[in-house]
Amino acid sequence: MPFGLVKFGLRKKYPARHQFTPACDLKKHYDVVIIGAGGHGTAIAYNLAKYHGIKNIAVLDKGYLGGGNTARNTAVIRSNYLTSEGVTFYRESVKLFKNLSNEFGYNVMYENRGQLTLAHSDAAIRSFRWRAEVNQHLGVRSELVDRKTIGQLVPNLCLSEDSRFPILGGLWHADGATARHDAVAWGYAKGACQRGVELHQLTAVQGIETVGGRVRAVTTNRGRIECGCVVQAVAGASTVVANMAGIKLPIHCYPLQAMVTQPYKPILNPHVSSPHLHVYLHQTSRGEFVIGGGSDPYPLYNTRATLDQKETLSAAVLELFPFLAQARILRQWAGTTDMTPDYSPIMGLSPVENYYLDAGWGTWGFKATPICGQTMADLVASKRVPDLIKPFALERFYRNQQINEAGATAASL
Amino acid sequence: MKVLNCPLNGPRNINEFTYGGEYHPMPDDWLVDSREWVEYVFFHDNAAGVVIEWWCHTATSYWFLAERNTITDEIVRTFPASELSHSADKDLVS
Repeated sequence: MPFGLVKFGLRKKYPARHQFTPACDLKKHYDVVIIGAGGHGTAIAYNLAKYHGIKNIAVLDKGYLGGGNTARNTAVIRSNYLTSEGVTFYRESVKLFKNLSNEFGYNVMYENRGQLTLAHSDAAIRSFRWRAEVNQHLGVRSELVDRKTIGQLVPNLCLSEDSRFPILGGLWHADGATARHDAVAWGYAKGACQRGVELHQLTAVQGIETVGGRVRAVTTNRGRIECGCVVQAVAGASTVVANMAGIKLPIHCYPLQAMVTQPYKPILNPHVSSPHLHVYLHQTSRGEFVIGGGSDPYPLYNTRATLDQKETLSAAVLELFPFLAQARILRQWAGTTDMTPDYSPIMGLSPVENYYLDAGWGTWGFKATPICGQTMADLVASKRVPDLIKPFALERFYRNQQINEAGATAASL
Repeated sequence: MKVLNCPLNGPRNINEFTYGGEYHPMPDDWLVDSREWVEYVFFHDNAAGVVIEWWCHTATSYWFLAERNTITDEIVRTFPASELSHSADKDLVS
């Protein structure tokens, strides 16, 4: 529309357009209160407003929009999990991610680059063959690849047989992708706010009032609000918030550290991970190498970084890509991961009737954002648990039906 | 380098130790029902603040307890399991 552009250029004033709710007072009552304005919280609000016509929603966050683990994850999207429940769930998420920019009318910079997981042992080859079979059976593109194919997929990977742990093979996942993680939260929040959802940042939940096994109100640092129901989507603070509602969760919080190097020309397209070396990396569209690994060795509610972990990550990454020896670390950070005993999330109903859980996202939360928004919104609107998330109920621990997700983290076997 | 003071071996690099989970008294498995047992196994406090937890000095396989602040990562004190006040657990480790 060149004419529209000319008209826009000739205007005298350019008033700022609010994408999100401008600062306003809390109302006395909301139909739905969502605690946590990260990707998950905003995605649930978006789906409720757009597809279920529920618009009297408040999304509360003690910090700012997308400022928690949504900003701290390493933006990996994949569905090459091991359990049928996990593969099916994340497969649907990847499908939604592919169309997310069109859905929003807002570019989330989704890039389908593929993901390569490296095997340095016979045990890993066996496990990858298993994963590939499960994935293919469920319609996810995964295949076992040999050293020659790895050399073609990632020409600058060190395939030397003289290294400490020579690479024997790999699991190639053509559906692996990445996206701008902040934009995912912004896109959902923008779409939700346009439809009447209120986003309240710097609003910390301090208490949850329950009467007769139901939530009646939520108290915050900005006042008390009554609500029809509550959804908690607070990742690292899951235990603390659930405790306010009198709910115990099987979660432990561990920091997960990551870092990025200075930018380089584009030389690495796929995402590469090595469970054996506990490291994974890819090159962002800005050219920086983003490097992550396993969680810290003991629990902590803190996002501090340690030199120990930086050394371990650097040593591992140099075994794979020796040319990075000259690279400088630009930034480093950590996120608090809410780990469950079976490496699967806790989604759905809770012991409190109108209180819904979206927790236990450990190191697999970002990639689940779109499907989580869809299924949790279905649950809140219909009060029926969608089949896709039934296996992830909190109750599974009492039934001894854990979903042992051995393919959960990019740095796990 | 972060230092943990082992009651047996003195101050050592924390890399020499293995985290062993939160301390909480084990219920009598003859007396509890399966829900209570599940809660003992999986549903821990995960508290933000000072907690008591098990640690093991890996090289010497020596298990002990530590009081640690899970917000600041400050180790308040370490002590042998024999100092536990809980009488049932005292029997277990003595």
